[in-house]
Amino acid sequence: MALLELNGVSKSFGAIKAVTDVDLHVEPGEVLGLMGDNGAGKSTIVRLIAGNFLPTEGEIRVDGTAAHFHKPVDARRAGIEVVYQDLALCDNLTAAANVFLGRELKKGFGLLSYLDYPAMYAKAADLFAELKSETRSRDLVRRMSGGQRQAVAIARTRLSNPKIVLMDEPTAAISVRQVAEVLDLIRRLKHRGIAVLLISHRMPDVFEVCDRVIVLRRGAKVADRPISHTSPEEVTGLITGAIRAA
Amino acid sequence: MQHEASVARISDVTGLSENNAWQRIAASQAFWVALALIAICIVMTILQPRAFASTENFYNITRNFAFVGIMALGMTVVIITGGIDLSVGSVMGLVAIIAGLVLQAGYSWPLAFAAGAATGLACGLVNGGLIAYVGLSPFVVTLGMLSIARSLAIVFSENKMIYDFGPDAKIVYEIGGGQMFGVANPVWLLLLLTLITGWVLNFTAWGRYIFAIGGNESAARLTGVPVNRVKMQAYIVSALCAAIASLMILGWQGSAINALGQGYELRVIAATVIGGANLMGGAGTAFGAFIGSALIEVIRNGLLMAGVDANWQGAFVGAFIVMAVVLERVRGRRRD
Repeated sequence: MALLELNGVSKSFGAIKAVTDVDLHVEPGEVLGLMGDNGAGKSTIVRLIAGNFLPTEGEIRVDGTAAHFHKPVDARRAGIEVVYQDLALCDNLTAAANVFLGRELKKGFGLLSYLDYPAMYAKAADLFAELKSETRSRDLVRRMSGGQRQAVAIARTRLSNPKIVLMDEPTAAISVRQVAEVLDLIRRLKHRGIAVLLISHRMPDVFEVCDRVIVLRRGAKVADRPISHTSPEEVTGLITGAIRAA
Repeated sequence: MQHEASVARISDVTGLSENNAWQRIAASQAFWVALALIAICIVMTILQPRAFASTENFYNITRNFAFVGIMALGMTVVIITGGIDLSVGSVMGLVAIIAGLVLQAGYSWPLAFAAGAATGLACGLVNGGLIAYVGLSPFVVTLGMLSIARSLAIVFSENKMIYDFGPDAKIVYEIGGGQMFGVANPVWLLLLLTLITGWVLNFTAWGRYIFAIGGNESAARLTGVPVNRVKMQAYIVSALCAAIASLMILGWQGSAINALGQGYELRVIAATVIGGANLMGGAGTAFGAFIGSALIEVIRNGLLMAGVDANWQGAFVGAFIVMAVVLERVRGRRRD
């Protein structure tokens, strides 16, 4: 049984059809690459799965049951974590505060409960160490580099025990060394049986970590291939439309 | 390994961290405003040793800024979320009239205070509901409330002063006008509320959400922060602070007039902004609200003693707001 399934999913914004009749499935521990040119519908698919909006047509199934995510929190409850392209960080808060945003650790009960700073700093530091990032728990996000910000956003997904992590262009704005770190992290998620849906422009990244790649063109799926049965050249052709959908 | 060590050393040398408590204090506007406040007090003490540095003047100054200070605490919460509450002065007036009418009708003070608090709650609910759930601009909604609450105050009071506080009059006078250990009751209340607000902003998830909303509202929403609820609650807190200040002023002045609180919104916003709250949202402290309102009052008091027309205060408050925003702009630019 697939962990995540999209069956005939379409999404329109007014007259614009962003995604047309897309089928896709992700198995546990699988890294699935989602590629396509700008405006091909990659981000729309991420946002559909993440619960930012409901599909116009078709259905999304998680663990075989139909899912209706009205809010991002609904998707998170179903075991879906997202690293957004803009990372969704608050510049005015510390790294630890961002990691735990919406899921703060507390002590005490009811009205007398208060934030457990030491525990959050310690846990965030553990997560950053696990990501081999030099990000420090108490630093303000405002003062961080692109890679450190990325680490904060990724550390956030490690708080729960997600079944699937969606990553929207996680390597777009970081240094080469940090790209390798992010790819390592994706492999580590895979070893834990967590599925990863990787949205990327970067062909080398996709071919390094993905098991399978799906190519979108103008909102429709044009290819779904195991990485071992395709090549960067073919995928590029599919993205640009030089190779017709098979 | 060697590589990682060098990374750590670089960051230690540049000191680009917020680890150090002293650095954090020195970076806060409230700290520098507190220093300015102390400096002004020293200068005034030298210039007017008898008039300024007297126990009576200390009593008066602290009591005078207590009302603005209490409202500034609520305003700070709203401003941190990136909003603004222009209605606090009018809410203050309406609450005083409602509570005054209940007292005048011969009811007990707890009932009158409850009616006043309920009035504040209702105003906050309307403000917060329209801003958080309907998505209207805080400026427009609270400007509307500024007009509506003032108008209601005039209508309900039939444009008369309410000074007959019925059987519980003495208790009401004592609550707002009394003192403990040589410090006026409203000042004690301000101190208590400052501590509570500081605690809530720093040590509760709710406080954290207030900052998150002001920092990046869509990020807060995506990470599961109940943005709408928290935003609405911020306006309720602000209106309740205005109601509390109003009930205290009621006892101190011994009467309720429908013009009470007129123009207070600007003084309260000025106090908040001087104390380091950022009108763009995301920054502000309870201590800053306290110190900001103290500074405005000490300057007013000082001008008065220097023989300057007290009506200059409005010009100073206005200039302060603009200056604080310019300062924030300059600091923001340096940061980027």
